Amino acid sequence: MNDLQVRIQSEPFDAAEETRALRRKADGTWDAGVGAVATFIGTVRDMNEGDGVRTLVLEHYPGMTEKSIAEIIGEAHARWPLMNLRVIHRIGELKPADEIVWVGAASAHREAALSACAFVMDFLKSRAPFWKKEKTPQGDRWVASRDKDEEALKRW
Amino acid sequence: MIQLRLFASLRETTGVEFEEFPLPAGIATLGQLREHLRARGPVWAEALDPKRAIRGAVNQRMSRDHDVISDGDEVAFFPPVTGG
Repeated sequence: MNDLQVRIQSEPFDAAEETRALRRKADGTWDAGVGAVATFIGTVRDMNEGDGVRTLVLEHYPGMTEKSIAEIIGEAHARWPLMNLRVIHRIGELKPADEIVWVGAASAHREAALSACAFVMDFLKSRAPFWKKEKTPQGDRWVASRDKDEEALKRW
Repeated sequence: MIQLRLFASLRETTGVEFEEFPLPAGIATLGQLREHLRARGPVWAEALDPKRAIRGAVNQRMSRDHDVISDGDEVAFFPPVTGG
């Protein structure tokens, strides 16, 4: 397991570079045992409930954000044989089409990497302390949580 | 002392981001603290009303009403999360 499993940052990330990095071991060499790499990227949509989204502001709970995501990652490692599992989540002001979150998993075979990505996203959506606020021409409003997100946890 | 943190719309409604105060006598759980804060006035009573979906954390771990709080703890209340 590598260091820096969780990064919370305001700067954009380079998804391609992060994906390549999943294959590297702690000493920087390529892990030849990696047969499967799965990733997920969450992006800012242009429309939400009809109004044009202009800016999205991501607030978070420093300390708890990292802890909760590290816990989710730990749970995934306990469930599946993973060589690597990493999450990057942005905070601050984002615009439509910006990338908000990146989850990457590496394993020997595909089932672990694919399942771990989905698992991490499902739990992050309901447990990681971030809050989105939309700034639109019509005014500011906090994005509401979706019942579907809590429901998604049940399949695990 | 208890360190209280509020986030998102809850912070905006109450006007409080962070507060430190002694753990009130008789308050031993997260739920009891929530009720204690509601007694501050109508804004707090409404914002932390049981019918509102409000989440709590003790020492940065997601917690429930029955979870114990002790002197020195960091307690946070916030709306359901919307990350990802």
